[in-house]
Amino acid sequence: MTTIKDILKTMDYGPATEDAAIANEWLARNVAGFGHFIGGAFTKPSETFAVQNPATGGAIARVSQGTAADVDAAVKAARAAQPKWAALLGHERARYLYALARHVQQHARLLAVLETMDNGKPIRESRDIDIPLVVRHFYHHAGWAEILADEFPGAVPHGVCGQVIPWNFPLLMLAWKVAPALAAGNTVVLKPAEYTPLTALAFAEIAREVGLPAGVLNIVTGDGETGAAITGHEGVDKVAFTGSTEVGRIIRRQIAGSGKALTLELGGKSPFIVFADADLDAAVEGVVDAIWFNQGQVCCAGSRILVAESVAGRFEDLLRRRMKTLRTGDPLDKSTDIGAIVHPVQLQRIRDLVAQGAADGATLHQGTAPEGCFFPPTLAIAEPASILSTEEIFGPVVTLTTFRTPEDAVALANNTRYGLAASVWSENVNLCLDIAAKVKAGVVWVNSTNLFDAGAGFGGYRESGFGREGGREGMGAYLTTPAPKARPEVLTALDPLPATTAGGAIDRTAKNYIGGKQARPDGGYSYNVAGVGMAGVGSRKDIRNAVEAAHKASGWGAQTGHNRAQVLYFLAENLSARAAEFTERLRSFGQSGAAAKAEVDASIRRIFWYAAQADKFDGAVHQTKSAHVTLAMHEPLGVVGVLCPVAAPLLGLVSLVLPAIAMGNRVVAVPSQTHPLAATDLYQVLDTSDVPGGVVNIVTGERDLLAKTLAEHDDVDALWYFGTPEGRKMVEAASAGNLKQTWCGPGGIDWAAAQGKTFLSRATQVKNIWVPYGE
Amino acid sequence: MTAETPHSPTADGAVPANHPRNPGIALDLAMFEGHAVNRSGAERRAASLVSRRTVKKEYQAAWLVNAIRCIDLTTLAGDDTEGRVKRLCAKARQPLAPRIMEGLGLDALTTGAVCVYPTMVPHAVRALRGSGIPVASVATGFPAGLMPLRLRLEEIRYAVDEGADEIDIVITREHALRADWSALYDEVAAMREACGAAHLKAILATGDLQTLRNVYSASMVAMQAGADFIKTSTGKEGVNATLPVSLIMLRALRDYGDATGHRIGFKPAGGMKSSKDALNWQFLMNEEMGRDWLEPDLFRLGASSMLADIERQLEHHVTGRYAASSHHAIA
Repeated sequence: MTTIKDILKTMDYGPATEDAAIANEWLARNVAGFGHFIGGAFTKPSETFAVQNPATGGAIARVSQGTAADVDAAVKAARAAQPKWAALLGHERARYLYALARHVQQHARLLAVLETMDNGKPIRESRDIDIPLVVRHFYHHAGWAEILADEFPGAVPHGVCGQVIPWNFPLLMLAWKVAPALAAGNTVVLKPAEYTPLTALAFAEIAREVGLPAGVLNIVTGDGETGAAITGHEGVDKVAFTGSTEVGRIIRRQIAGSGKALTLELGGKSPFIVFADADLDAAVEGVVDAIWFNQGQVCCAGSRILVAESVAGRFEDLLRRRMKTLRTGDPLDKSTDIGAIVHPVQLQRIRDLVAQGAADGATLHQGTAPEGCFFPPTLAIAEPASILSTEEIFGPVVTLTTFRTPEDAVALANNTRYGLAASVWSENVNLCLDIAAKVKAGVVWVNSTNLFDAGAGFGGYRESGFGREGGREGMGAYLTTPAPKARPEVLTALDPLPATTAGGAIDRTAKNYIGGKQARPDGGYSYNVAGVGMAGVGSRKDIRNAVEAAHKASGWGAQTGHNRAQVLYFLAENLSARAAEFTERLRSFGQSGAAAKAEVDASIRRIFWYAAQADKFDGAVHQTKSAHVTLAMHEPLGVVGVLCPVAAPLLGLVSLVLPAIAMGNRVVAVPSQTHPLAATDLYQVLDTSDVPGGVVNIVTGERDLLAKTLAEHDDVDALWYFGTPEGRKMVEAASAGNLKQTWCGPGGIDWAAAQGKTFLSRATQVKNIWVPYGE
Repeated sequence: MTAETPHSPTADGAVPANHPRNPGIALDLAMFEGHAVNRSGAERRAASLVSRRTVKKEYQAAWLVNAIRCIDLTTLAGDDTEGRVKRLCAKARQPLAPRIMEGLGLDALTTGAVCVYPTMVPHAVRALRGSGIPVASVATGFPAGLMPLRLRLEEIRYAVDEGADEIDIVITREHALRADWSALYDEVAAMREACGAAHLKAILATGDLQTLRNVYSASMVAMQAGADFIKTSTGKEGVNATLPVSLIMLRALRDYGDATGHRIGFKPAGGMKSSKDALNWQFLMNEEMGRDWLEPDLFRLGASSMLADIERQLEHHVTGRYAASSHHAIA
């Protein structure tokens, strides 16, 4: 035995292992294996596979591989329970969520130890971070359940939610999915990750303990196949997935056209930007909390350090010194900073990437790690082209690259396909907020990193996915509005051959409208428009040009809401001045005079409504931690493709284009295929109303063909499609390439009613900016 | 051995790690002006640091024993008397009851020093004769320090003449609050000179300085002027030693060492009462500065009631039973 005299010489910390006796007892009780939790009871274990403790490599449990039949049973149980669950008063659901929060708190240590044994994360983190955030999430959503009817009037739950979660924060990701779903009145079928299913099963027991009604929460364990059975099940109304971008893409394609709602929280390669006037020591600790938290297996981990060249030397020196005091090892030891990598497969992936990065010229600085499923903290001095700078490594590996100016820093920060989070370090609040505004990321932490709270939304831009979890916006993702009635849309084929008759007046040629200029269709073809004229047959190249023009008009989004409102009011004014002409145009499509006049009047009112909203649909300051301002800012999506319905040739276009541009987006619109001339008339009004060139671009032609080009375009940020079910399926599948957000619906709805905040929410994404303060 | 050469001091402290003493350097504003200190960052680091390390069983006992080695056992009260000081010194000589020492397998242990008012120095010197325990004296118009400089320097010389080995001076907060760094530098340099062979600990009274930027700057100026130790508090300010303040002082200390090669000691003081505090501050020292700063020549804990709690914890370690203070000699 080590004597106290010996220890006084070395001053080692010695072992401080968390007692796992209770967790082991729980595992021993289930040594026969776990079944699924379906309809309020555990099924008999079958087709079980082993769950490993990554720190030891030993098997600690066996869980069942969920089959299609298991998933079907779970969905049926959820479906059966849903109407009654949704019919409860918000207060009654709140009581259940409150009880879940309380009971998780009561079992906090068991859950923390279990999480650490299952996942390999240090007990400090599961105990001080994961489980407290789980508890907070359930309390917060107990609150939402209570006030749901007041806060989201008219909203209804989706129904049955199919949720698939990752292995990096097993119970926390369950909480993020389950709490809002249940608060809203949905029921749930959830699959935990195959590496880390244990806390979800323990949570199922807790749900049973609090008396959650049978079928409200169902847990099915298994691998990716089980997950696919859940997301693809026809009885599932809403899919929520957190995991890799690759799998996110597969799910997007799998459920395209199914009508299921979808939120995706995917990968990241988040920048960590250190300016010369930052507190470098604080930033070094930030790196520790960014990439050496949870072994770097964090989707929002600050994995790319960008540091001002003028302080790069000192910063690197401080960081390398700090790396020396990181302790990698036994996750159950209370003095461990970095635990085990979740699985040998992941360890190998990290090793391969790091080896490749080193071979390609990155300089590595590494700490130490014991034998086994561990990887040392690693700093790679790497250029932006290095695989270490571009690939999501999902391990304790951070790159360091220098920049010269703030502009340079932003360019490097945004030089990624992802957009989940960013961290900005400077003592200059002007600089911090400037960079926060310019970085494309759903979460920006100023002088901090990896801060989470149930009261703030979390989620990404770009290929990091769409939808938010947490806060009001996260709650909204589990609610919907009852679908409006729609008539099926009749889409007639284009006729590009010469017509039998032509009009008598001076011939007018409707062209495309791109970058504020009329442009002949690139292909040189036109088509007959129901006997009243000709319109251009737009092609891929016209779409390409329109998207380029839209990107050039990015200044529109930076204007004040007031300025945009002025332009939109002017647009309404000019349309009003030409109301008779537009009414006549609509009549020429075969509408009655009254209907045509009503559509023009409604369009003018609609433009006014969105002009009014341009400076009003703004964000919030969330209640999170003390001495923090957490700003939820509404930002435009960027370039939005708008595929208009056949019906309501003017009002349909106005209903979709106006909310988009009011919020600062630029639009590439494909107007009613059957009656495009109301739209092409409109570009003269746009011109005279000072709408900057490129903000609204109009390409006529075969809608669904152009929709495909837009959906596949990697530089289009969102796509709105209102047409046929086949078109919707195509658009949703084709958009998986860059995971642009889509909003699809039937073309044949009552467009007179198509107005409201839903449109504005769809036209914006929320960026949460965390600003801690204190001197 | 030069100050630039790192070395591994042993528990018996054969070579004091801060020798040679910090001679100070010319006032260099560039070393601290504009230095960024982010309070939220410091608070996060301080909060997570104490949850990132823990010690159990014999390791915990050893770390608590080490804390005793680093305690400046202190009495600084208006009702201090010779008898009170003698009692304190007796406790410094034998901080743990013999049965606890035996249980821990230790044969010798004293506190780092005894810290008293200047007029109490002769009593302390007599009471500690032959023990090797240094006598520290506060001076310079402690705790406010608002006496004419001439008198404050005279007070230092008095305490040194009476046999004090270490002088805990207080800085003029006004100089720091007005950013009159040359005045602060000159003052501390004069005090250092008055100390002669006695070591100078500069009390920054961080509770009065308020901002962490002020703390960093004042730390740097005190070291540039030749302080052997920098110390947080008198124990009389509204806020005494805190971990975030200590963290920032250590970073200044590290930066000064990086720039000059001199090793400076650190002494948090005031408000630390528990064994948990004793461990937390040692974790801070070990993590931020390294092993050498767990030795009494580079680290002191200015505390009076902390020892009683440590003794109770150590008795529990030895016997397995929770202890009562009434079973331990009063300080």
